[in-house]
Amino acid sequence: MSHFLDRLTFFRKNVDSFSDGHGVVTNEDRSWEEGYRKRWQHDKIVRSTHGVNCTGSCSWKIYVKGGIVTWETQQTDYPRTRPDLPNHEPRGCSRGASYSWYLYSGARVKYPMIRGRLLKLWRAARAVLPPVAAWASIASDETKRKSYTSIRGHGGFVRVTWDEAYEIIAAANAHTVKAHGPDRVIGFSPIPAMSMVSYAAGSRYLSLLGGVCMSFYDWYCDLPPASPQTWGEQTDVPESADWYNAGFLILWGSNVPQTRTPDAHFYTEVRYKGTKSAVVSPDYAEATKFADIWLNPKQGTDAALALAMGHVILREYYLDRQVPYFEDYARRYTDMPFLVRLTERDGRFVPERLLRASELPGGLGETNNTEWKTVAIDEVTGDLVAPLGSVGYRWGESAKWNLEEKDGQGRDVRLKLTLAGEGAEIAAVDFPYFGQRATEHFVATEHGEILTRNVPVRSLELADGTVIKVATAGDLLMANYGLDRGFGGENVASSYDDDVPFTPAWAERVTGVKRDATITVAREFATNAEKTNGRSMIIIGAGMNHWYHMDMGYRGVINLLVFCGAIGQSGGGWSHYVGQEKLRPQTGWTPLAFALDWSRPPRHQNSTSFFYAHTDQWRYETLTAAEIISPTAPEGDWNQSLIDYNVRAERMGWLPSAPQLRQNPLDIARLAEAAGLSPKDYVAKGLKSGEVELSCHDPDDPANWPRNMFVWRSNLLGSSGKGHEYFLKHLLGTTHGVMGKDLGDEGAVLNKEVVWHDEAPQGKLDLLVTLDFRMSTTCVYSDIVLPTATWYEKNDLNTSDMHPFIHPLSAAVDPAWEARSDWDIYKGLARVFSEVAPEVLGVETDVVLTPIQHDTPGEIAQPFDVVDWKRGEAEPIPGLTMPAVAAVTRDYPNLYARFTALGPLMSEIGNGGKGISWKTQHEVDALAALNGVQPSGPAKGLPKIETDIDATEVILMLAPETNGEVAVKAWEALSKATGREHVHLALPKEDEKIRFRDIQAQPRKIISSPTWSGIESETVCYNACYTNVHELIPWRTLTGRQQLYQDHLWMRAFGEGFVTWKPPVDLKTVPVVKGTKPNGNKEIVLNFITPHQKWGIHSTYTDNLLMLTLNRGGPVVWISETDAKSAEIVDNDWVEVFNANGALTARAVVSQRIKPGMMLMYHAQEKIVNTPGSEMTGHRGGIHNSVTRTVLKPTHMIGGYAQQSYGFNYYGTVGSNRDEFIVVRKMSHVDWLEGPAKDFAPREAAE
Amino acid sequence: MSATMNSVLFGWYPYLCLTVFLLGSLLRFDREQYTWKTGSSQLLRRRQLRWGSNLFHVGILLIFAGHCVGLLTPIWVFDALGIGHGFKQGLAIVVGGVAGIVCFVGISLLAHRRLLDPRIRATSSFGDTAILLILWLQLVLGLSTIVVSLGHMDGHEMVKFMNWAQGILTLQPLAAAYVADVHPIFKAHLLLGMTIFLVFPFTRLVHVWSAPVWYLARPGYQVVRTRFADRRPVGMPRPVYPKRQPAE
Repeated sequence: MSHFLDRLTFFRKNVDSFSDGHGVVTNEDRSWEEGYRKRWQHDKIVRSTHGVNCTGSCSWKIYVKGGIVTWETQQTDYPRTRPDLPNHEPRGCSRGASYSWYLYSGARVKYPMIRGRLLKLWRAARAVLPPVAAWASIASDETKRKSYTSIRGHGGFVRVTWDEAYEIIAAANAHTVKAHGPDRVIGFSPIPAMSMVSYAAGSRYLSLLGGVCMSFYDWYCDLPPASPQTWGEQTDVPESADWYNAGFLILWGSNVPQTRTPDAHFYTEVRYKGTKSAVVSPDYAEATKFADIWLNPKQGTDAALALAMGHVILREYYLDRQVPYFEDYARRYTDMPFLVRLTERDGRFVPERLLRASELPGGLGETNNTEWKTVAIDEVTGDLVAPLGSVGYRWGESAKWNLEEKDGQGRDVRLKLTLAGEGAEIAAVDFPYFGQRATEHFVATEHGEILTRNVPVRSLELADGTVIKVATAGDLLMANYGLDRGFGGENVASSYDDDVPFTPAWAERVTGVKRDATITVAREFATNAEKTNGRSMIIIGAGMNHWYHMDMGYRGVINLLVFCGAIGQSGGGWSHYVGQEKLRPQTGWTPLAFALDWSRPPRHQNSTSFFYAHTDQWRYETLTAAEIISPTAPEGDWNQSLIDYNVRAERMGWLPSAPQLRQNPLDIARLAEAAGLSPKDYVAKGLKSGEVELSCHDPDDPANWPRNMFVWRSNLLGSSGKGHEYFLKHLLGTTHGVMGKDLGDEGAVLNKEVVWHDEAPQGKLDLLVTLDFRMSTTCVYSDIVLPTATWYEKNDLNTSDMHPFIHPLSAAVDPAWEARSDWDIYKGLARVFSEVAPEVLGVETDVVLTPIQHDTPGEIAQPFDVVDWKRGEAEPIPGLTMPAVAAVTRDYPNLYARFTALGPLMSEIGNGGKGISWKTQHEVDALAALNGVQPSGPAKGLPKIETDIDATEVILMLAPETNGEVAVKAWEALSKATGREHVHLALPKEDEKIRFRDIQAQPRKIISSPTWSGIESETVCYNACYTNVHELIPWRTLTGRQQLYQDHLWMRAFGEGFVTWKPPVDLKTVPVVKGTKPNGNKEIVLNFITPHQKWGIHSTYTDNLLMLTLNRGGPVVWISETDAKSAEIVDNDWVEVFNANGALTARAVVSQRIKPGMMLMYHAQEKIVNTPGSEMTGHRGGIHNSVTRTVLKPTHMIGGYAQQSYGFNYYGTVGSNRDEFIVVRKMSHVDWLEGPAKDFAPREAAE
Repeated sequence: MSATMNSVLFGWYPYLCLTVFLLGSLLRFDREQYTWKTGSSQLLRRRQLRWGSNLFHVGILLIFAGHCVGLLTPIWVFDALGIGHGFKQGLAIVVGGVAGIVCFVGISLLAHRRLLDPRIRATSSFGDTAILLILWLQLVLGLSTIVVSLGHMDGHEMVKFMNWAQGILTLQPLAAAYVADVHPIFKAHLLLGMTIFLVFPFTRLVHVWSAPVWYLARPGYQVVRTRFADRRPVGMPRPVYPKRQPAE
């Protein structure tokens, strides 16, 4: 009862003695021991994981004690692999182990928050007006609007109830839909694989509304465009366990122990098995210590190194000696045997597009899609043939889309790889060379702009009687690599020591890597592949992919793997690990996420082009097409501004647009009806006459602004937003650090397609809503912040590309404070929206524009030249020469009823993905039985989706990966196209149906599905392109093979038909600021490199005190000892890093690990922790993206062309950022900017 | 100082302090067991602690003992033992002075360490720092009373304090009058001393209660706390545990 009274036991204390009185036994109170005993006691353990885009997808035990999450430890109950392979566990890292800190930390968002001024305006308006009218009165009054938009990021949040927050957001959405159009409501959320239901919650709401879901993989620059270009595949990679099967392993710009921590053990283990490893990294990264050989090229020159290695492999394994395995692989699985047309120019030739059956007499006996059937020569007969597998066979006919060595008439063919041999004609062919364009920071070589090389060719007579020359892609490729094959002529090398592109000696000049090292690694890599049939692997990180010319580095590396027959072989291949991109049950998830059960198509937008336009980064563009165009480009007006290229791509149906039309798409259907036309014809006609306009032509006109934006599961402004300061200036309209002048002030406006406004808009968004569990940088800039459940407080699904298991996130405890799960938040918003919307909206017809989509019959839209209807080169025909047009019915008052039920289209149309489809009635019935059906209302009788667990069951039931029966149906569907039997891959698992409770019990391995190119099996690990090679399923490209030659006009125009060396581009952001505002310290210029970090996953954990304690407690940049010395910086000094885009402040880490000339700043260190003011801008220092700006690349805009057709997160412009240079100098005055904020806008409007 | 004020400060205030001291300690011991600690900062920095802490503790224990004996021993005991007041005062000045200097060096080291080591400073509570400074001030006041005491070596002033202290403890209503006319520096020393009792339960000083002095006189070399004591009264034989049967 009382500790004190209990201690008053002097006479009863000693109860016994032992050892002759040397020891005594006492009966003192021992209840204090309970404190220690209970330290590790807990009430329950719940399985969850971390939805953080780390690719880890690790199973964790979450411990709960007294209703509080206390700590987490790693689960160790993964299903075993197989006897000769190490197991996966334990998976996890220090970042995940620190997560429970967030739940009860000061960083947690605990209540719905709103900008105080906005709330005052709302309450004043709402007192006299209904909700939508109240919002309209605020949004349309520029003074009122500015009173809160201009103070974004400067505090001023107050608590608000859920009901009031919902009503404001719903009113804003309804007003925006009515006044401007649903495509002005934008939602950004990345990486569904990390928490699929949370993603789907928001995207389902937006899709029912007609809002726009933004892409992320391309925006993050994790999408390697080289992958869709080569394979027609977004990204597919081996699981980490397959590293253990490799015989030679190159790590190229990937820092496995630091960024793939839970998988790194496979890398360690395979080295014990005897595998040799080379690491390519400019700095002494953590992975480097695993290396048997370290290659440290100058940053940004990886393509040159890869080209030199390719030069060695082609020389030694293709020319001097032929390896049967390599030759067979090249013949069957690559485009090397296919014929390329050559155009004559100045007596020489330039490679043009691939020859098509349609051009030849009789179409080679083919009648269907002959323009899309590529042509090769049969080695046995010498005839021209159109082999099976090209994209022309994929659509419009069946059973012929496969990689059997046959042609369309069923004749056996053996494709000829080279035209060299007796009597071969030799022609001089021009290849572009860009190496002399390098800036002062890189090595420029003096070789000519055009390198002419001799190639064996053949003359052909076409159907129209013209005679042209053709060469095989393989022969052109050999010439491209500068290999002397005895055909004479210049620019080819017979020795590795010749200074000719692309020999090892040449690469030594460009990269700094000694030629011997290059030769050794290339030789050992290929020899291993020769002896093991392709068990040579390259693990590659985003490091290389973030350069403007990332395609070159990536295609250089991919070529090495293809030359060695390593793609599609266990233990070999291209292991590009960048984000948690693999949403394994994707086809089950898509209907839920994009409300395809109610209406199709959804609105998708590629974020890079969107943000480029709408944060007005294009107004500051310093790169011109003239700097990157090829000297061999066909005739044409190529020197256009980059945004003009993007606009052309949008109107030709290549890229999506958001907003789509200047007119409200809800009005279009009415106008079409009035005109007596279908919406499709009305839009086509209106575009031609100018009556209807595409928004992309004038992104700065208020009619075309995005108005409402949701951000969830993301820290757009604190992490991924390239051109951070432009976001602040133009999209948000608040204080910013942009120091450069726009093109108007510079007098350098180049754009012709896009309207130039002298005064750029500031503050396009009416409302920015962010859902998060922590007060991130994005939250700080938002108008409304909604508190969401953490990863231990909700039920969800999680998968990764690193392993084949599907994981749950589970609610160990209820969401703390007033937080709610993302599913509940959007469901609640849908309910309130349905109540608010009838004020202005009923059942409406929405006209949706979609670009020409990959993996649909439409992808074979524009076979030859680029034709632009706007320039009168063609008629605007929806889906062919311009975006497709669809009319979609939106039932706004019943949005909530639709949100919470699985709609009728799943029964009526079915489901599918990647070009195949199947019926789903059986699964819909099963869901009705499992989840129950809606008892009444507009969704009466349809399966319920009320809770987050209901939503997980929808995904698991519909996806082939988690429902064996669907897998069997999916493989059968694919068999129709390929004419081959594939169902054996899933048949043994037909009865397996994975449910949410199953994966809570233990992570489950998924089932093989045609959505992916690898298989789940007891004999091989998951490996990309495995089914292409072993099941003879074509790659989803033009030729159906791995496409090493890119023949689209724009690819050729920009010199990327074949891989080549392109130095980093000059973004010119340094001269305009260097020396303009001296602070007395020295200024030096460095290349700004932003890799993934050790103490956080992107921005998450960078405000976590446990992780901050392990580093320096705030933002840091790393510089070399040499550079530090020249700038008189010592370790831990405060430094400022700046260029025309903005400025950031950080402490310097001076390290011999860093290569001189580069600065390394681990990306996404939050500016809300320990960040002082900038001496350049006078505002608080920014994030790493404060010194970057998005730059588009025209080749990424190509569409309507087989594998180069748009797909959400599949193809499109990417947000590169590594070509950026910055000025760094020691700070002389560290100002923490403490004290009350200055008033930025008149407060009266809010009062 | 008015008689009323004197009576409040030296007649009533001691009881306030003693009440808070005893009741506060009891409540904290019963209610806040996890806060009953010394709060050592040895983990953060060892330097200065060995000298500082040892000198301080040796000094203050001597001073504490001196005060207890000097103030609370009834006068007749001294008289019976034939110890003169003058002698006693001399002894107090010499022993107290030496102990005081030892303690002063120690506490100054500790204060320096606590205030200037950034890690210790950051982890110190207000109470940690405040009690250290109060003790330092009290020590300085105590040492400066020596100067005053040297002015009247006959010990009559000291008798006033003995009478006062014993009067307070024996609940004499007019005890405050004994110290009505002493030198202000003594009054300051007394007041601060009582205040230390007042704040005692709210600081790390509570560890004084738990000083393991009994350990010095423990009967055995090994002390084992039984888990079965409650069930076994004193003198009962040790429980006999059944022998484990071999498995059948």
